[in-house]
Amino acid sequence: MCLGLPGKVTEVFEDRGTTMAVVDFGGASKQVCCAYLPEVEVGQYALVHAGFALTVLDEKAALETLELLRSLGTVADELGGPELGGPELGGGPGEVGA
Amino acid sequence: MKYLDEFADPEVALRLVEQIRARATRSWTVMEVCGGQTHSLVRNGIDQLLDGAVEFVHGPGCPVCVTPLETIDRALALASRPEITLCSFGDMLRVPGSHEDLFAVRARGGDVRVVYSPLDALRVAEAEPEREVVFFAVGFETTAPANAMAVVRARALGVENFSMLVSHVLVPPAMAAVLSSPTRRVAGFLAAGHVCTVMGTRQYDALVEQFHVPVVVAGFEALDLLDATLRVVEQLEAGEARLDNAYTRAVDRAGNERAQRVLAEVFEVCDRTWRGIGDIPASGWRLSGAFRDYDAELRFDVGEVRVDEAPDCRAGEVLQGLVKPDSCACFATTCTPRTPLGATMVSSEGACAAYYRYRRSGVATGARAHG
Ligand code: SF4
Repeated sequence: MCLGLPGKVTEVFEDRGTTMAVVDFGGASKQVCCAYLPEVEVGQYALVHAGFALTVLDEKAALETLELLRSLGTVADELGGPELGGPELGGGPGEVGA
Repeated sequence: MKYLDEFADPEVALRLVEQIRARATRSWTVMEVCGGQTHSLVRNGIDQLLDGAVEFVHGPGCPVCVTPLETIDRALALASRPEITLCSFGDMLRVPGSHEDLFAVRARGGDVRVVYSPLDALRVAEAEPEREVVFFAVGFETTAPANAMAVVRARALGVENFSMLVSHVLVPPAMAAVLSSPTRRVAGFLAAGHVCTVMGTRQYDALVEQFHVPVVVAGFEALDLLDATLRVVEQLEAGEARLDNAYTRAVDRAGNERAQRVLAEVFEVCDRTWRGIGDIPASGWRLSGAFRDYDAELRFDVGEVRVDEAPDCRAGEVLQGLVKPDSCACFATTCTPRTPLGATMVSSEGACAAYYRYRRSGVATGARAHG
């Protein structure tokens, strides 16, 4: 029950004074209450808990985080190891025995 | 949503594992608070990949697991009454009460219905005015806004045959209890990300200050968890204790202030008994005075319930991070998801269920994208 699901907002409408949305969770569509997120727009990804949209996922923040994580460990090894000789990503640190 | 899958990229995950192993000069004990995070860690084998650098202890963040036995027994008693329709989130149906579960009550003819949202329960009440509809309102801060709105709507629509059996629990007091324990081992936290969508990351300020402990808000994918773990280890190695947010795509400092306003109106803080753990002061929400007429416990007298926990179950120790599920003698023998002795074997967020699913044969899985 506690796990929020992200889904894409495909429709926003009013029902008896409350903002509602149709949200697509990877194929399955559900009606979701947007009383706590009335500013939500079609095309955004919302995080939904127990039938309520609570927040919009920030695509820019997601891409920035990914960018940062991908760059970790692929640049020169700050810990004194040999420098990576060019674009040998993936074959490098990732394979060092765990 | 393409970039969501990318947060499970195994190649980047392994590089992060290396980073963490390189930074850690000793094995740090880190608690992931949320049961959904426990599942992701175990499913991806992250705990095994970091063995020796980080020991994860699994926290109490599973609402199904910590809902007090007494409350389960109350729900069972309510569901057994002929005039009542008990609506519940699906994962509460198999939670063992003292003598049976909601499935058994339903098999005996009790009217127990699974709903996805409390608003569905309200709809049942509207459609069937001759029934008394009780919604079993459990969960952490994540489900509370939905449950609060159900009574607000019930009042606005004048639905009188609707009430709630409320047993909400709050995450920060449980973390404080873990830190206050004389057997405390936890050096840092991966904090539950989705709780912050409601309450904001600022709800952890006091904890960091009082206990001088690193708290990093984390998401649920492999990269989210590894990123947050790296940040915790970096703080621990530097002797620092800060609040940090590794889940910026979903949470911010303030949280959902609209939801917070409604929560403050509908609920009030109360002491709460956590199943397996015990009493934690100011760790729950109950209906406030203004909404007490929607309290099913006051509306229907279910009398005294005498609770009776399975004697061999070690769920309490599991929930406090004192033992791992597979050290329990009942694990995968007398206790399985189909025949659970404790609530931690039931839910998709319980630690025993996670170990049963991914760790029964002791196979190391390695980091992989999706289980
Ligand atoms: S394996 Fe079963 S009996 Fe053992 S602690 Fe977990 S829930 Fe309780």
